[in-house]
Amino acid sequence: MELDKIEEKDLQMGNANLIVFSETLQELADTDRDIVAVTSDSRGSGKLVPFGQKFPKQIVEIGIAEQNLVGVAAGLASAGKKAFAVSPGCFLSARALEQIKNDVAYSDNPVTLVGISSGVSYGALGSTHHSIHDFAVLRAINNLIVCAPADNFETEHAVRKAAELDKPVYLRFGKKNMPFLNPEDTSFEFGKGRVVRQGSDLTIIGTGETVYPAWQAAKLLEDRHGIKATVVSMHTIKPLDTELIGQLAANGNPIITVEEHMVNGGLGEACASFLLQNGFHNPFKIIGIPDEYTVTGSQVEIFNHYGISQQGIADQALKMLNI
Amino acid sequence: MTDHQLKLKSIELRKKVLKYIYNAKAGHTGGSLSSTDILNVLFNRVLNVDPENPKDPNRDRYIQSKGHCVEALFATMADRGFFPESDLDTLCKYQSHYIGHPTKKINGVEQNTGGLGHGLPICVGEALAAKMDEKSHRVYTMLGDGELAEGSNWEAALAGAHYKLDNLYAILDYNKQQITGDNKDVMNTAPVRDKFEAFGWAVKEVDGHDVAALTEALNTGPLEAGKPSLIIAHTIKGKGVSFMERNIKWHHGVPSPEQFEQAQMELTKSMDLVN
Repeated sequence: MELDKIEEKDLQMGNANLIVFSETLQELADTDRDIVAVTSDSRGSGKLVPFGQKFPKQIVEIGIAEQNLVGVAAGLASAGKKAFAVSPGCFLSARALEQIKNDVAYSDNPVTLVGISSGVSYGALGSTHHSIHDFAVLRAINNLIVCAPADNFETEHAVRKAAELDKPVYLRFGKKNMPFLNPEDTSFEFGKGRVVRQGSDLTIIGTGETVYPAWQAAKLLEDRHGIKATVVSMHTIKPLDTELIGQLAANGNPIITVEEHMVNGGLGEACASFLLQNGFHNPFKIIGIPDEYTVTGSQVEIFNHYGISQQGIADQALKMLNI
Repeated sequence: MTDHQLKLKSIELRKKVLKYIYNAKAGHTGGSLSSTDILNVLFNRVLNVDPENPKDPNRDRYIQSKGHCVEALFATMADRGFFPESDLDTLCKYQSHYIGHPTKKINGVEQNTGGLGHGLPICVGEALAAKMDEKSHRVYTMLGDGELAEGSNWEAALAGAHYKLDNLYAILDYNKQQITGDNKDVMNTAPVRDKFEAFGWAVKEVDGHDVAALTEALNTGPLEAGKPSLIIAHTIKGKGVSFMERNIKWHHGVPSPEQFEQAQMELTKSMDLVN
């Protein structure tokens, strides 16, 4: 099954989360003149051209200067604006890291940092354009919510919550169309994981655009092997929903984490840290990008290469269940 | 307050700066002494700020980019009534809010600074927000000359001019020295005036120890309509104490008891020379 092609009976396909971000921001700006998008020559890739046309006084172009992007956004936020600083995740979370640490998080200026085309969305462009370090570096910064929405539902709610919240937030988006993972959900909170599939044999915890292949793997396991997996969208990497992880780990079932991030310092290690320090000894495996020169290709090709895929995750589950 | 009174206050503030550094056994001595007159003029003649109403949305914003010269800032703010001077007995002590850089935990401090090259971008954001909301308050920052090597300043300088932020004022504490030595030897940033003018700023150079000249430069509105203003304040690192002036070892030197006494005596004596 191709990652971006699903059968109609499975899940309803939605838009790219980035489009939903842009549309939600426009809806918010309709009634709130303090919403300001700040861009680093990134309004096209951030899908913000319509926003800029509709709200020309609520978009600030900084040019290709990510440090200034975040510093200016901090100043705008300090003056009462709801600033959304939008830039490719690779540049935003590395080049402007000191501004994120000092001007946003430490100074407690409620900027929403929006990392676009994150992970390996720009897979073929090489490591300069990959952001597979952002969870790790941003997890190490106090006073910053780190969130990678999995689908359009989570995206819309995360954008609305970020605008409401008087706190710094990092939102991470990819470029692919994403299916609605659990159409029955009505509530969203930062720091509260979302169970998108219930099972009793193992738990798969994904985040962002890896929740979908985790869901697909669970379906494959059920259809072909009768194995039922719980699938969680752990959209918020920090603060981590340790309550949910503890509940899911209590049965001793294997746990697999899946992330579009290097295995160092991301979702998997955050979960492992909690589990180990709280007496859980479940079989545990982190699926992500290993500490090597990352292979290049499309996002799907890179996912397949590292087993961040329906087959890769299912194979890992079978191995852990000794099947 | 007359120029005469302000000049005497500068000397008092320098004496306090040295007392805080001496007691804390830490601090940025040379730069605090070079920037004292600038801060004195800012807080006593320029900034529309109220210690009793520090979050007034119409207040002027002052964000100290060269955060390490916090002793001069704290001395001036305590004198202006933002907090009791006795609070500074805890400077750099365990769990004190009065640390070696400005923090928002202190009444009247706008931003947490300390990393260099951060003040100007934040001020661009503040000034943009003021323009968006059609507010008339002004936004000020004090830059160090050493920190001009940080590229983020130049990113912000571009944006300040691009958005015609004539409500934005940067004051350069141009003492021409930094921790390793003279700017020209460490990383030559001269000619600063030409560079900022080329970036689209209006620039004025003044004697950074002349309170009347500083007042005139900072109190007459933007140097040019439609442009951000840079006041290059020519200063002397370690100003006011003979053995500290232009001596790089006092960048963050802490005086011995004898040096402290001598410095206090010199400063007290200099009061007699104030015209």
